[in-house]
Amino acid sequence: MVDVPLGPAGAVAPSDLDDVELYHPHSWVTKYVFSQDAKVIAIQYAFVALSVGLIALVLSWLMRLQLGFPGVFAFIDASAYYQFITMHGMMMVVYVLTALFLGGFGNYLIPLMIGARDMVFPYVNMLSFWVYFLAVLVLVASFFAPGGPTGAGWTLYPPQAILSGTPGGQDWGIILMLSSLIIFIIGFTMGGLNYVVTVLQARARGMTLMRMPLTVWGIFTASFMALLAFPALFVGAVMMLFDRIFGTSFFVPAIVEMGQPLDRNGGSPLLFQHLFWFFGHPEVYIVALPAFGIVSDLISTHARRNIFGYRMMVWALLAIGALSFVVWAHHMYVSGMNPYFGFFFATTTLIIAVPTAIKVYNWILTLWRGNIHLTLPMLFALAFIVTFVNGGLTGLFLGNVVVDVPLSDTMFVVAHFHMVMGVAPILVIFGAIYHWYPKVTGRMLNETLGRIHFWVTFLGAYAIFFPMHYLGLMGIPRRYHDIGDMAFVPPSAHTLNAFITIVALVVGATQLLFVFNLFWSLRHGRLAGGNPWHATTLEWQTPETPPPHGNWGKTVPTVYRWAYDYSVPGADQDFLPQNQPGITSVVPGASHG
Amino acid sequence: MAVALVLVLIAVGSVLFHLVSPWWWTPIASNWRYIDNTIIITFWITGAVFVAVVLFMAYCVYRFRHQAGRQAHYEPENKRLEWWLTLVTAVGVAAMLAPGLFVWRQFITVPEDATDIEVVGQQWQWSFRLPGPDGKLATSDARLISPDNPLGINKDDPKSQDDVVIEGGELHLPVGKPVKALLRSVDVIHDFYVPELRAKMDLVPGQVSYIWFTPTRTGSFDILCAELCGVGHPQMRGTLVIQEQSDYQAWLQHQAARSFARLSPAGSQSD
Repeated sequence: MVDVPLGPAGAVAPSDLDDVELYHPHSWVTKYVFSQDAKVIAIQYAFVALSVGLIALVLSWLMRLQLGFPGVFAFIDASAYYQFITMHGMMMVVYVLTALFLGGFGNYLIPLMIGARDMVFPYVNMLSFWVYFLAVLVLVASFFAPGGPTGAGWTLYPPQAILSGTPGGQDWGIILMLSSLIIFIIGFTMGGLNYVVTVLQARARGMTLMRMPLTVWGIFTASFMALLAFPALFVGAVMMLFDRIFGTSFFVPAIVEMGQPLDRNGGSPLLFQHLFWFFGHPEVYIVALPAFGIVSDLISTHARRNIFGYRMMVWALLAIGALSFVVWAHHMYVSGMNPYFGFFFATTTLIIAVPTAIKVYNWILTLWRGNIHLTLPMLFALAFIVTFVNGGLTGLFLGNVVVDVPLSDTMFVVAHFHMVMGVAPILVIFGAIYHWYPKVTGRMLNETLGRIHFWVTFLGAYAIFFPMHYLGLMGIPRRYHDIGDMAFVPPSAHTLNAFITIVALVVGATQLLFVFNLFWSLRHGRLAGGNPWHATTLEWQTPETPPPHGNWGKTVPTVYRWAYDYSVPGADQDFLPQNQPGITSVVPGASHG
Repeated sequence: MAVALVLVLIAVGSVLFHLVSPWWWTPIASNWRYIDNTIIITFWITGAVFVAVVLFMAYCVYRFRHQAGRQAHYEPENKRLEWWLTLVTAVGVAAMLAPGLFVWRQFITVPEDATDIEVVGQQWQWSFRLPGPDGKLATSDARLISPDNPLGINKDDPKSQDDVVIEGGELHLPVGKPVKALLRSVDVIHDFYVPELRAKMDLVPGQVSYIWFTPTRTGSFDILCAELCGVGHPQMRGTLVIQEQSDYQAWLQHQAARSFARLSPAGSQSD
């Protein structure tokens, strides 16, 4: 049998620590507020991130109202509109998606899925959340600051971001935004180090790297990338803050501001763009890779079939992670950078399509000859594949330098990135919440509400963003408060905009139904038991549900097999938990590593 | 069953939407038909992949849906299949990348006979500078900007004497002649964008960028700013008028007269 021999050195791995050596909370405050339990921290992260998500949702309603019915809502003037889109974008990308996937799912799932009692550095983990919370407070404070939040667009390109022609440029808005980002990165660095070290150091006996669930692989790779990518944003934010407060010239060349020459010289606006996108492109995958990992596990579990091509999936994740650091300037094809960069960055960008396509093939080949249960997590996983494939394929337009020229800065780009890094990962988040909620709370989410939520969200989001590509193809630029009169825009385009707005309002309202379900099912949901999906991974094998601090009771589990022993021939049930000895199947790569 | 049906409808509906919806690009007015062709190739390849993937999913959801007694097939890997799929994908990607890079090379290689013109962005209007009879533009610097000299032209440069400056108005260009547009901003980043040209490029303060194109039909086209440049961004409009050569010359003469009157107030300059 696949009992893993212990190393001769006999060092005590952290996972072997006795339960009593963890710091157990002694009061309500240390248990629920300043908690060092990764699971509580996960819920704190998720709660704050989802709350920010609701603010961002309302902002998206406001901007859609303006686009669908320009001029009808007088309070959405140009300044307000740009503030809404800026805050919506930054909130969703950084404070919702990054925080939710890594801080939320990472904290909850890493220790449980690898068979650890907690993160390696519980105290640092707690600090990470509270620093994140401070970053959110600073960000939200800009709504109440004089001049309001920055309206520079989430990309914050200088010089406009710090000049008077942009909302918040000469007020508090941009200062609070940059400060918040700096604080966020400090907080994330503490969390991210924790996730990486925990995966490398605290795995249960027998949990080789090549036996880890892809969820852990995805979150691990994304955390590692984030640790390398966020410093570029950190540097850019510090320099821009200096330019704004002290009048330095990192990003500001000799220019005039509203007709008056400024006393600046020698700075480079393009330098900021390189720093921003050196962070910004990996960021796309920092959001996508955890989604890739999670959706692999959802598909496998609910199709009762092993994930197809596990090793290829792991290598594809790592390849995407590495390649994503050499494609950043595909966001800058029309930025005025040296045009010869176009050849290099178009090539690297299109190469990324290959490992990404492999992942898609392996997801759908996992469905092939499976035993597909159309549960809510499976429905969301299917919807993810549709939207991700759609958004990924339009990436081949924008990545292919010359094709990007007419489409860049149009609504095509907005449609593309919402489909691929908005809709697709959020569908995974929903699927994941429906999947793991029973472990977190001990109860199932309401099925009927869930199905309404699913169908409206999936079909609605597709109806919003698929037609939007064609507005961009037509030539309508993004970030226009009001399209106004353009000779090449037919009246039907305005009808389409109104349609998109109405669908967006409906889809948004349906999210409130989901929020209601989260709270309602807490008390009224069907009791779940420890392993309602008959899943193989360790988090479903805890002695208690929800798992208490320390996760495993007296002894941590020992792992005997990979995470995907579903429907193994000869087994008497259609899943074999990772900690179950006995029947061995010939799994490539599972017995070494 | 319902799920499989919805998936089929999404695949078929997306293709139908693409083919019959009224929303499509505006007719081209420049030499960049190659770009349009590359977009068409990309639509075909990506469309085929999208439909294939979604229909395959629909088939799986229908054929392998949970039923009493069904057991999933246990097969962790299939090396042959995985390598085949990788290879086919790589070929598809190359089929899009190769024409893309080929056209990009043309896009950045300016023909010898292109006329230099200058496009200057400021919050929130477009200005233009055309070379006079000498065919050359004078140097410029944002630090020279003054009420007399809104574009910061270097008047010590002899080439400045015949430059024609057009502030906040229309740009006229002759049809059929290649143009190299030198792009410059005096305050923040803007982007010179005419949908019918298919070309666009940022104007970055502190440097000069460029695009080139050959107008292929006469007409009047919107000039838009495509890079967020502050609250006035959507109002930053201009007009590009493409004319026959003779009409263009007449217009240029008229502009030259106005431009000199504006830029050389009596007594302030001597030759």
